[in-house]
Amino acid sequence: MPGPFDTPDPVKQTPPALPPGQEPSAIRKFLLSRGSSALADRGFRWLMIGCALSIFAIVALIATELVMRSQLTIAKFGLKFFFGTAWDPVNGDFGALPFIYGTLVSSAVALVIAVPLAVGVSIFITEMCPKFLRGPLSFLTELLAAIPSVVYGLWAIFVLVPLLREHVNPVLMKLFGWSGLFVEPNFGIGMLAAGVILSIMILPVISSLTREVMTSVPHSQREAVLALGATRWEMIRMGVLRNARIGIVGSIILGLGRALGETMAVTMVIGNRPDIVKNLLAPGYSMASVIANEFSEASDDMYLSALIEIGLALFIVTIIVNALARLLVWAVTRGAPARVN
Amino acid sequence: MTNSFRVSKANHLRRRLADHAASALAVAATIIVVAPLVAIFVYLLYKGASSLNLDFFTKIPKGPGETGGGMANAIWGSAILLGIGSLLGVPIGIAAGIFLAEYGRGSKLANIVRFTADVLNGVPSIVMGISVYSLIVLPQKHFSAFAGGVALGIMMIPTITRTTEEMLLMVPHAIREAALGLGVPNWRSVLSITLRTASPGVITGCMLAFARVAGETAPLLFTALGNQFWSSSLNEPIAALPLQIYTYAISPYDDWHRLAWAGALVLILLIMVSVSLVRYVTTRGVLKGAN
Repeated sequence: MPGPFDTPDPVKQTPPALPPGQEPSAIRKFLLSRGSSALADRGFRWLMIGCALSIFAIVALIATELVMRSQLTIAKFGLKFFFGTAWDPVNGDFGALPFIYGTLVSSAVALVIAVPLAVGVSIFITEMCPKFLRGPLSFLTELLAAIPSVVYGLWAIFVLVPLLREHVNPVLMKLFGWSGLFVEPNFGIGMLAAGVILSIMILPVISSLTREVMTSVPHSQREAVLALGATRWEMIRMGVLRNARIGIVGSIILGLGRALGETMAVTMVIGNRPDIVKNLLAPGYSMASVIANEFSEASDDMYLSALIEIGLALFIVTIIVNALARLLVWAVTRGAPARVN
Repeated sequence: MTNSFRVSKANHLRRRLADHAASALAVAATIIVVAPLVAIFVYLLYKGASSLNLDFFTKIPKGPGETGGGMANAIWGSAILLGIGSLLGVPIGIAAGIFLAEYGRGSKLANIVRFTADVLNGVPSIVMGISVYSLIVLPQKHFSAFAGGVALGIMMIPTITRTTEEMLLMVPHAIREAALGLGVPNWRSVLSITLRTASPGVITGCMLAFARVAGETAPLLFTALGNQFWSSSLNEPIAALPLQIYTYAISPYDDWHRLAWAGALVLILLIMVSVSLVRYVTTRGVLKGAN
């Protein structure tokens, strides 16, 4: 490989003027003989800026495209689109409430299951487990994130759903049937199955960030609490969790953002029926899965526009949720002073 | 005196119990988290390995209900889609990362770019699918491998940008100053000194992005669409491994379920190999030659 000095730059530029009556020095002569790379430098810089700006352009393009293509339903239904319960493509009547409900409920179920587990795992990995287990365990939880959504869905259809139907749901119906959340019909597929598979999928998101936040709590906090005679759990509760709580909330919101937009696995097990029912065992429908299922069969413009508006809503909600989460995590991991109260 | 001593002893017992209970719960949580992972892998290996055969890699799919056939076209299609995606995503991602770390440090423009990269990272994959559908498929009036590749490429960009930026920021300033002090042009110092030093980390980011989009199905549903036949044309619908798994998983045929498991195993192995490679490279030091 040629060194940087081997080939003189072909582009020779006129040297800047010297004060009159002064001879150029030897170094200056040498440097001038090599030409200047100012042109190449400037070009490279603009190329990099262009690529960076293209990210901005892509997001803007996505947003405008979604808004433009959903004009039909925005104009016809306005805000009522999000409160209507009818979904009748044949008669051109569209209301997205059943899908919003399904997305919210399945994500809520996922959070209820995933949050305690994720916090438990993070506590174990950062505060308790022997050093030799730390690496492999965090690697294992990260592997969960590497499994594609469609494989989760495949596993859910053939393993999780039968498991829920045969063993878990009967117990839930017996114990909590009075609440109205777990009653017949017991198909296996439904909101609960979607929530469970979602919880497995968002666990690595929540736990890896929670771990990061917990390790960023200064050691002096732990030592101070321990020096006061606290047990290990008290140290974790007062020294670590209390300082990390904002960051943990941030990581939970980030997990929520992931759950809201998750498509394939949910589509495969949620049951795909646009009903609003309290029963978690009944089939439902989510915003992402209605797009996945019906987009390719959307025959007329109004139908397509309705589906794209659902996509637009999903886009806006995930932007807000992600921005909120980033803000919270950032506030904790960078610079925010640790507090003890 | 004795009384307060007793109280503190009861208190001590309660605190120790709470401590043990918390430890037990944390261990239980860890076991519950690792369990589904192990369950998925064991089941996938068991189901997938028993269905894998040479036909899977050499034949194209048979019609509905017929037994036999394979996913050769889907593997080829995934390779093409990921190739297009990488060609688009890797250069743009790395260049944007270079801008953030080398030129835009602390500037307003850099903050905007960083924020939009995070936004792009959070865009649900299905929304990416319909966006690319309306950007490319609708104007062209046909589904195409090109559209699918573009969707995957866009999804790769934010991950690559952020890891490239982080890795470049870790390169010591002294190295840049040494290069510039020797009279190396700035662009050359960025490419062959800074980026080169950070290259293991940057490659890690690219592999992670690759592994992430390799399993994506939702963005391909309305762009690449899927294809039952062999196709290499960028202007036609093309098959992809995740798409094929999805179609087969929700089908009513047992033999298609078998093929779906085999496909899932192949897909997972592909992803695991790249992620483990990444792990191997990163644990051996992110920076080459620094320190």
